[in-house]
Amino acid sequence: MIPLTLRVNGRERRVLVEPRQSLLRVLRDELGLTGAKEGCHRGECGSCTVLMDGVPLYACMTLAPEAEGREITTVEGLLDGEALGPVQDAFAEHDAFQCGFCTSGQIVAVEGLLRANPQPSLEEIRTGVSGNLCRCGAYPNIFRAAGRAAELRAGRGGDS
Amino acid sequence: MLPNFAYVRARTVEEALEHLGGEDTRVHAGGTDLLGCLRDRVFAADKVVSLRDVEGLTGIRRAADGGLVLGGLTTLAEVSRSSEVRGLYPGLAQAASAVASPQLRNQGTLAGNLCQRPRCWYFRGEFHCAKKGGAQCYAVGGQNRYHAVLGGGPCYIVHPSDTAPMLLALDAAVRIVGRAGERAIKLAEFFVLPEVELARENVLAPGEIVTEILLPPAPGLYSSYRKVRERGAWDFALASVALALRSIGGRVTQASVVLGGVAPAPWRAEAVERAIVGTTVDEKTARDAAAAAVEGAEPLEWNAYKLPLIRGIVEESLRRFHDYQPS
Repeated sequence: MIPLTLRVNGRERRVLVEPRQSLLRVLRDELGLTGAKEGCHRGECGSCTVLMDGVPLYACMTLAPEAEGREITTVEGLLDGEALGPVQDAFAEHDAFQCGFCTSGQIVAVEGLLRANPQPSLEEIRTGVSGNLCRCGAYPNIFRAAGRAAELRAGRGGDS
Repeated sequence: MLPNFAYVRARTVEEALEHLGGEDTRVHAGGTDLLGCLRDRVFAADKVVSLRDVEGLTGIRRAADGGLVLGGLTTLAEVSRSSEVRGLYPGLAQAASAVASPQLRNQGTLAGNLCQRPRCWYFRGEFHCAKKGGAQCYAVGGQNRYHAVLGGGPCYIVHPSDTAPMLLALDAAVRIVGRAGERAIKLAEFFVLPEVELARENVLAPGEIVTEILLPPAPGLYSSYRKVRERGAWDFALASVALALRSIGGRVTQASVVLGGVAPAPWRAEAVERAIVGTTVDEKTARDAAAAAVEGAEPLEWNAYKLPLIRGIVEESLRRFHDYQPS
């Protein structure tokens, strides 16, 4: 076991973990942040997407110690106080999910896309969420929600 | 669950090399292939040496000769976004952006992409196959639709990298460091076929790491990368073709054509190169050259579809080069 200090959603969190633990398991089991979902735990579905220093990654393909010293953002960190953040609002507004299992990963992927590219084209949106599978096939609404999220984010002034 | 291992974070290349002596010591760059291999029990690990804090292994800079030096730990996303890569070697930007998914490109590194292990489901699965020291290649007579049609035997993996065929076409070299010292070798000497080395896909000795990818100057160079996969995104190549051509007045003076996803190593299609050098790659030349791309191919039971696929993407890529020529 090794002690790690992780910075998650703006808070410093100390944990004692085996280095083989994935960031996903530590977020969910040690820190109680269950927004990032475990779909495949092998980098093939995207439901565990988190931001590391603002960039989307799969938490299941990241060893927890590799995340030390980085700024980690999960879907919980995208709230605007107690209210939903702009990407979350846009997903609700456009009904961009059915079962909802992939949704937090989709939202974080869109947040990462918009931080790098605040006004993406439809093609850029499609590429931006191409690492997130939706078995319900809600893609058309996810693309619309991502476009709407760009508008909402611009209206609320940048990074959520 | 991954096997239990010790984790160390090296601060310098020298420190990393000191740790990398043991048989089951593994180097961690982006980690995406490492974690997959450990989960699938492709190999063991008792120590993982992370390179994330080693300085000088990332970034892209101009070389003195006008080429580019890409740090081995440069992410695929950085390669695909780099204005210098896009300007000088657009085919490499295309290849890097065709790898996996945005998340994996944000994490996976260029050197890691060259050194990743094959995706053969027998190799990744619970089969003691020839590559793992067993008696046979289960792809022969098995489920082999994603396997090699060129250069196979006694193992029929395909090399999974998208950047490898493009970098080979670009005549890139890699800088390799190990305890014994440092060397730079051309990619043409880096990858090895299973008939030469069954257990590994390249000449890296245990404990060696790729620190840099070196690209020669690109004046007058045309490059492109075309990948075909079963899904529109996030998939390995069924077949791909990397072109690097020089021409004068539309007439090809120098050609490098490399196929990906069809052989155990990036596969240089020399017959195609011969067929187009000295020509303007008109429609008939492109078609005839594409037919030559599959010379010597030996498909297995379920992968003969790759032959027309290879011919198609080679012809398409050559036609695109022809159309690109300023008239």
